[in-house]
Amino acid sequence: MQIASGVTLVERYSIQDVIGVGGMGSVYLARDLHFPNVVKLVAVKEMINNAPDPLIRQTIVQNFEREANILATLNHSSIPRIYDYFSSDDRSYLVLEYIHGKDLETVIGDANGFLPEDQVISWAIQLCDVLTYVHGHKPDPIVFRDIKPSNIMINHNGDVVLVDFGIAKTFQSGTKGTMIGTEGYSPPEQYRGEATPLADIYSLGAALHHTITRRDPRMEPPFSFAERPIRRINPNISPELEAVINTALQYNPGERFPNTAAMKEALMNVARKTGALSKIVSGLPVSSGGIKPLWSFKCEDEIRGTPVLHQGFLYIGCYDNNLYSLNAADGKFQWKYATEGGIVSRPIVYDNNVIFGSEDQRLHVVSVRTGKVVWTYYTEGKIYSSPCIADGHVFVGSDDHDLHAVNVISGRAIWKYATDAPIHSTPAVANEMIFFGNDAGAFYAVDFHGAMKWRFQAKRAITSSPIIKGQSVYVAALDGLLYALDAKNGWPIWKFRLGKGSVSTPVVADDFVFVGAADGYIYCVDARNAKEIWRFRTENQVSSSPAIYKDSVYCGSIDGNMYCLEYRTGRLRWKFEAQAAITGSPTVFDDIVYFGSTDHQVYALFA
Amino acid sequence: MFDFFRKLLGTKTSEQPIIPRQVDMATTAPLSDEQISSIISGKVIKYEMKQLVAGAGQSVGRQREHNEDSLLAITSTISGSANDVPFGLYIVADGMGGHQFGEVASNAAVRIIGGNITKKFHSYLYSLPTQALQESLQEVMESSIMEAHQYVQREAPGSGTTVTAALVLGQQVTIAHVGDSRAYSIYLDGRIEPITRDHSLVKRLEELGHISKDEAVNFPHRNVLIRALGQGETLEADIFTIPFPQSGTLMICSDGLWGVISEKDIYRSISEAPNLHRACQNMVEAANAAGGPDNITVLLIQMIG
Repeated sequence: MQIASGVTLVERYSIQDVIGVGGMGSVYLARDLHFPNVVKLVAVKEMINNAPDPLIRQTIVQNFEREANILATLNHSSIPRIYDYFSSDDRSYLVLEYIHGKDLETVIGDANGFLPEDQVISWAIQLCDVLTYVHGHKPDPIVFRDIKPSNIMINHNGDVVLVDFGIAKTFQSGTKGTMIGTEGYSPPEQYRGEATPLADIYSLGAALHHTITRRDPRMEPPFSFAERPIRRINPNISPELEAVINTALQYNPGERFPNTAAMKEALMNVARKTGALSKIVSGLPVSSGGIKPLWSFKCEDEIRGTPVLHQGFLYIGCYDNNLYSLNAADGKFQWKYATEGGIVSRPIVYDNNVIFGSEDQRLHVVSVRTGKVVWTYYTEGKIYSSPCIADGHVFVGSDDHDLHAVNVISGRAIWKYATDAPIHSTPAVANEMIFFGNDAGAFYAVDFHGAMKWRFQAKRAITSSPIIKGQSVYVAALDGLLYALDAKNGWPIWKFRLGKGSVSTPVVADDFVFVGAADGYIYCVDARNAKEIWRFRTENQVSSSPAIYKDSVYCGSIDGNMYCLEYRTGRLRWKFEAQAAITGSPTVFDDIVYFGSTDHQVYALFA
Repeated sequence: MFDFFRKLLGTKTSEQPIIPRQVDMATTAPLSDEQISSIISGKVIKYEMKQLVAGAGQSVGRQREHNEDSLLAITSTISGSANDVPFGLYIVADGMGGHQFGEVASNAAVRIIGGNITKKFHSYLYSLPTQALQESLQEVMESSIMEAHQYVQREAPGSGTTVTAALVLGQQVTIAHVGDSRAYSIYLDGRIEPITRDHSLVKRLEELGHISKDEAVNFPHRNVLIRALGQGETLEADIFTIPFPQSGTLMICSDGLWGVISEKDIYRSISEAPNLHRACQNMVEAANAAGGPDNITVLLIQMIG
């Protein structure tokens, strides 16, 4: 359907490239051959007219040509010049000025964080200017009808150019109504077929809201801006600018600015008041500092694992080969138990014994009271997986490629399930099935007898541990995907793309799934439909698994911080900086967060 | 299959010697009816094969000349190594736009979405050698909707259609939804729970509190959709996965049904009918008896076993 590069239209426009694809056809970059000695580039917008009815087809062409004639008379620095138009066969073409630059949607997407307020104000003022110009067109005002970031180009000078006038968009009424515009940016009255300058003001407000909050209104219910107050998402924005945008977004047209000139005036006042036009905007303010740990305890090597809390005592493994028992109230040392390898495996307490794996290839079972060994169980590889207990069995993965089922009382092997790669993933049990992944990216559901029920294959290793909620099992992989699989049969229900691979174990609360990834983000995803609710950026990889306590999510990062975020919005509540990376996960109980760091310390903080 | 029977037989024989021994001891209190029924129902769920049954009904209505609604219903099972998995694909689409484009749009949507999904599951349905499904169920839904969206834009410009599609696999159902056709869960106790949210102006205004429920009934722009397949350059369908309403009925219908007969009538039609086909016919008749202002389409699906 698309025209190939090198084709020349009407013996004049030599197609060079495709620069955009829209609902009605493509936009091409072309060279105008009427200027043989210079390279004059133009944009050629194509509209494919596929209406089967010849009468409708003819009407569409007539509408297109009428609008092209109107646009050709416009002369404004923020509107591309129209050079030519023509129709051939089922296609109509508009030849217009080629804008060097990026559209605002791309600018928002590429930005590292929020765009500065003064920049947005200056674009908003330019947009008001160009809208004032087209709304003042005689004899009839021209209503743009489809203002949104993807129709706003930022040229190489940083100035605004409004592209893609509502040309070739016809309004047909049928038994069910239809509309022009873009859901999310269009005001309510536009759905009833009314397009007035006040509709453009609403859409401009919507585009500005998107620009400064980075929340795409197409992903939200229509007319729901009031549910996403600007300053709650981006507190850097001045209350004055927020007020201007809220006025533009008023539900009733009569309550918006009466025209774009008035809106520009309001924006100028904001700029004067905040000094935005002259102010140099600094980076994001950081809400941190002043958090003192309740206690900390120093071991002799890195702590990469996760503590467990049991009846007032904390148990945590360390790369100094010891498992420590500490008093959770004050961090006082109780006992330590030495293995012959580093311990990253998260301990589990069962029947007054603490059970954990070690790099010394053994599963150790130690009395919580005395710190003395009860039994040990040998595998043929290092154990990084954490044990899990169900049905009187301990289940644990090992680098010997096997999942081991061990009698929790006697320490005798019940069965082994052999896979083709090391198992770092911690098994999870639900509905009499054991779920775990391995380093070859295989994910298994095995029953209590060691028989496989189903298997799923990810593209890279699954080090993350699964979590089961309802009928789904959630697991992240090094292929950069968070998976929701049907726990009964392993069908993938959805996949969510993370920026990079993940070894973090997801956690579920309400209908949200939380997970960290190597791209440094902590993600919150809707469990029903895999939509991103929010993401929070840390300064380095997130290997830690998030923990939920009350309405907060706690998660560590390789950047050395423990973060506390409001779990519904991802807003930072506080962060605490350890002296080195935090790879393990926090345990939260009774308003206290416990975690270890590679700075050798165990910390307890008030949640 | 053999496994399945062996399991059935195995439990029966192993239970025989245990029960008399318990009776012999006779010191424990007898189980209550609830305990017994919960034990029995637990057993049944574990060993009985789950399967889908579906019924469909359609009518042009009393006031329209054309049928602009389309439907698709496919019911099967996928046999796997461990167990048989119920498979079902059910779609209702309600077209719009003049010049008879409405029926083109709804038909195309159903054919493209249905075709795309069955293509993905073809090798599973016919037990051919399979490559693991590369996409997730929600991605399959999404790409099918987008393909239909682009087709309608290309071939029937100006028209559009609602689509409510349900893909049942095992005991979960993945829904893709655009527009104001609806899916409901209907339970034996009379509860009728909507699964989808209308993408209509009237619904949105009601949600925002700009109009009341009563005003909504008489709202002049009742038919205006804020999202439809074939409309707009971007299309955001609602796609989500929920447990299949066990011991209930999944209903998918166009506004020619839900806009015309009450929830009470819907429930009565289902509870009083001997089977799903008759239930569908009852509802279509009720909608026509109430004037039949629009095309009527309804699908009913149950999971038995």
